Amino acid sequence: MTRRPGNGRPGTGLTPRQPPESASSSYYGQPVLHPPNWAAVDIAGYFFLGGLAGVSSLLGAGAQVAGLPALARTAKLGAAVAIGGSLVALVHDLGRPGRFLNMLRVLKPTSPMSLGSWLLSGYTPMAGVAAASALTGRAPRIGALATGTAALLGPAVVEYTGVLIGDTAIPAWQDGHREIPFIFAGSAAAAAGGLGMLGAPAAQAGPARRVAALGVAVDLAATRLMHERIGLVTEAYERGRAGRLMRAARVLSMGGAIGGLVFGRRSRIASALCGTALLAGSLCTRFGVFEAGVASARDPRYTVVPQRARRR
Amino acid sequence: MTAQLIAGLRLPVRDGDPASEAGYHRHPRRKGFFTDTSVCIGCKACEVACKEWNAIPEDGLRLTGMSFDNTGRLDANSWRHVAFIEQHRPDAPAGEDLRWLMSSDVCKHCTHAACLDVCPTGSLLRTEFGTVVVQEDVCNGCGYCVPACPYGVIDQRPGDGRAWKCTMCYDRLTTGLEPACAKACPTDSIQFGDLDELRTRAAGRLDALHAAGVSDARLYGHDPADGVGGDGAFFLLLDEPEVYGLPPDPVVGTSRLPSIWRHAAVAGLSLLAGVAAAFLGGRGRSRPNRAGPSRSGPNRAGPNRAGPSRSGPNRAGPSWLGPGGRR
Repeated sequence: MTRRPGNGRPGTGLTPRQPPESASSSYYGQPVLHPPNWAAVDIAGYFFLGGLAGVSSLLGAGAQVAGLPALARTAKLGAAVAIGGSLVALVHDLGRPGRFLNMLRVLKPTSPMSLGSWLLSGYTPMAGVAAASALTGRAPRIGALATGTAALLGPAVVEYTGVLIGDTAIPAWQDGHREIPFIFAGSAAAAAGGLGMLGAPAAQAGPARRVAALGVAVDLAATRLMHERIGLVTEAYERGRAGRLMRAARVLSMGGAIGGLVFGRRSRIASALCGTALLAGSLCTRFGVFEAGVASARDPRYTVVPQRARRR
Repeated sequence: MTAQLIAGLRLPVRDGDPASEAGYHRHPRRKGFFTDTSVCIGCKACEVACKEWNAIPEDGLRLTGMSFDNTGRLDANSWRHVAFIEQHRPDAPAGEDLRWLMSSDVCKHCTHAACLDVCPTGSLLRTEFGTVVVQEDVCNGCGYCVPACPYGVIDQRPGDGRAWKCTMCYDRLTTGLEPACAKACPTDSIQFGDLDELRTRAAGRLDALHAAGVSDARLYGHDPADGVGGDGAFFLLLDEPEVYGLPPDPVVGTSRLPSIWRHAAVAGLSLLAGVAAAFLGGRGRSRPNRAGPSRSGPNRAGPNRAGPSRSGPNRAGPSWLGPGGRR
């Protein structure tokens, strides 16, 4: 814990920096790893939108079966718009956006991003057809088929992003790889439930309220478990911008979920407010997890200390 | 035909020889670097030769304040990086209390390379020499390899967007030449050759140093049993790896992948079950005409109470442990 060099500050060139003192130190406080070059808006935003889309597809299918047309319409439209937005974010974040089709050159089981690209190419048209059919009322059978397929692929769309970040060397992500899939599932359910509460009349939004509440419960429980399990790296989730985001996420998600269950049936406005809070909470969770990863890569302690402990 | 197809779909065999794992049937012996930092003089000829031969762009002339290291780190525009560590060791015998460690770092060309495994376009490939190379005409700059690398080597070039790293001078290797850095190294700190031979040579050098009383000497990245299956470029160091900015125990993320997918599958199935339960659980209430007033009462109270934040101890307490549970 006695680290002499600064927190990865770049040198000024004016004063020589402290050399590493002891065997447990680092190279001038420099990171061992490269943090991702991804823009938070693109990639954390994409995690959020992908999750929102995936669970919205499930909600849309459920609402159709249960005979709640307004909820079904909201969820299907939400899924299509969200997945469209997430694709824009993904392509925008590429170093060479013109080469985005290279994602489909190969199918690689060892690359979650490769599997995810193929998954999105299957899911996106289904979500689009489901939404188009729900909006226009045309081709109800094809619409139902697309709705069902999108719902089956939905959980995979939600989950593969968690696999993607777990399969990196970034301490906060690799160490949390057991809980992050549940955090992402819960966060996605909260967002999709929130959207349902925002877009559907209160009388039809019951399942959305319950999905959101369940999601928030899973998200918070998994986050708690992760913090207890991952030791030192927990700090990356608690400090700085990541910590502020995760705390904001907790307040917004709990407020939205509980408020929705208590007031959601009585007031359309309360339902919409709680839905918005849930969406904002989910967004904060995704940005928080993203920022925690970046912070954990920037500080060499999170790489070196657990690895040294493991080696002994 | 069918057999070929099945073989193509099979996950790679992990037998320790990366070229044959990648599907090369007849290939040269695995090539590698052995960087013996005990004879590095910090001349940076390797950095210059690498930049010259590979036509890597200039990436800023700045003073970092980190001893003589003004390169800073390995990245898209620095494929060799000489680290300089000035150590003050008050406990060491007189004359040895000040020392200057130098080490030329490079891509490790891992046996199980994370960058290669996660690359979604197939831009990163395994060569017949067992090295790992980016095909710059295929890379679309997704940047996944960057956080995947457990050594912090590969990076995207600003303004270009694609990922770049050491190729172990693939072009020179194919014509029987040694890589530019090894060719330029004046002290043979950077040795290039067949990896198994280099490992034998390194073991001998380690023994000689230990016999000469340099007890700090250790090999790094030489062990095929480590978290990345051993490095194609390994080192003889005079201090702990982290002192040089190297991770003490790097592990390829792919080894974790089955566990990650298992957890994700459980989470995904839970999602399906949860959404189904949300619809089934409220069936009585979402169609108020069917449910009588006597039923809607307790039903309404149910979900409100069993809200998310209170699902834990609060619910368990009163409902079935209750006052009796305390005794």
